[in-house]
Amino acid sequence: MCLAIPGQIVELFPDQPTAAMIEVVGVRRKVDLGLLQDNLPVKGDWVLIHVGFAMSKISEEDAIDQMRMLRMLGEAEFAMEEVEGYGLEDS
Amino acid sequence: MKFVDEFREPEVITKTAEEIRRLADPDRHYRIMEVCGGHTHAIYRFGLKDLLSSNIELIHGPGCPVCVLPMGRIDDGLSIAQDPNVIFAAFGDMMRVPGTTGSPLEHKARGMDVRIVYSPSDALKLAKNNPDRHVMFFAIGFETTAPSTALTLVRAKEWGLHNFSVFCNHVTIIPAIRAILDSPDMRIDAFIGPGHVSTVIGCRPYEWIAKNEHKPVAVSGFEPLDILQSIVMVLRQLKAEQAMIENQYKRVVPWEGNSAALRAIAEVFELRPYFEWRGLGFISQSALRIKESYAEWDAEKRFVVPGVRVTDPKAAQCGEVLKGVLKPHQCKLFGRECTPEHPIGALMVSSEGSCAAYFNYEHRKTEMVTSISSMA
Ligand code: SF4
Repeated sequence: MCLAIPGQIVELFPDQPTAAMIEVVGVRRKVDLGLLQDNLPVKGDWVLIHVGFAMSKISEEDAIDQMRMLRMLGEAEFAMEEVEGYGLEDS
Repeated sequence: MKFVDEFREPEVITKTAEEIRRLADPDRHYRIMEVCGGHTHAIYRFGLKDLLSSNIELIHGPGCPVCVLPMGRIDDGLSIAQDPNVIFAAFGDMMRVPGTTGSPLEHKARGMDVRIVYSPSDALKLAKNNPDRHVMFFAIGFETTAPSTALTLVRAKEWGLHNFSVFCNHVTIIPAIRAILDSPDMRIDAFIGPGHVSTVIGCRPYEWIAKNEHKPVAVSGFEPLDILQSIVMVLRQLKAEQAMIENQYKRVVPWEGNSAALRAIAEVFELRPYFEWRGLGFISQSALRIKESYAEWDAEKRFVVPGVRVTDPKAAQCGEVLKGVLKPHQCKLFGRECTPEHPIGALMVSSEGSCAAYFNYEHRKTEMVTSISSMA
């Protein structure tokens, strides 16, 4: 359960309004947008992800800082392991 | 300060540290509690303590969800998974947390079907992919994580998935802060508020701390500069004899919180009359349980749960450390019987636990210094 992982929305699905494909340092996974229903992000937006759910929108600059901080905390590897772990049905 | 150079803005860090020194009255001792385990981890990792004068004491709060869970709850969850038809799914953080008869990982080694998931929705998919089995998700976390579990349960109901349940251990941060303030052996001057919990609940729920208890709160981000700035904020308030809630983490935390997340919590969960916290004892209305309308997916209703209370091993002082009364290294077991490799208490397991953070950054540092100086 990492602090929060920054990711960029790279694809939205018209048939699944609460799902998005995000990219975190080259890794693509589907996350849930249900918690941002009131303020849905669009393609290209950056979000903070917690346990597979986008929690808040952030700026690109803050996303870069957040990743850098995870790296400094020694959490970046866990974060990537977490992201890679998302989306059982695709595996 | 060996880490200053790798910080994003080293000059700003140095300036902020100077400002802290200027603001702090040398004749006064300050006790500032960082509520969140993520902050505890960052404070140790970045050696922030070394930037502060000795009269500013950072007290580690109860904001590590794995650490505050009493051992009895782990035992209860594992007892449900004794049924060979049940798959026990939990976050990786839970896997090495000791129960009375071992951790989930040790139970797995003895044949229990234990799976790591990274998201509650993946536990749900596990249920979908295993229609003949029952998947029980062992849910932990504060308000940051509870909305994700809530939405997962909403989806379970929508999909009509009946072989899935949640063993709910979600806790809420405000009653824990209240318990700490009510505790006679605690004296806290100000709080560094949890950033990611606040993305969900916003800043308003802390207002009573300022209004009724007259303690400053700064809701803080997790970078070194964020934490130092938050310390500046509360020291300024203390100097001016003010008490209010300041939002240092504005770039992520909206004052009002996240309405969709709060709605998800309200749809699925209600407050338990009371819940036991390791170290803090029973705290009323401090945890969430699943509402009657979702009873079918509530593991505590679907299965027989022993509900035994287990006391921690006698010499373990997790409770005192959790309350901030003792520092991690003051526990009799610290670094001897209890290490990250062989944890006795949960505070030594989770990266957000203060014992693990202290061990990994402070203890190893001192050990290195001692071994180098003994070589010389
Ligand atoms: S050292 Fe181990 S037993 Fe002692 S407080 Fe920390 S986790 Fe608990």
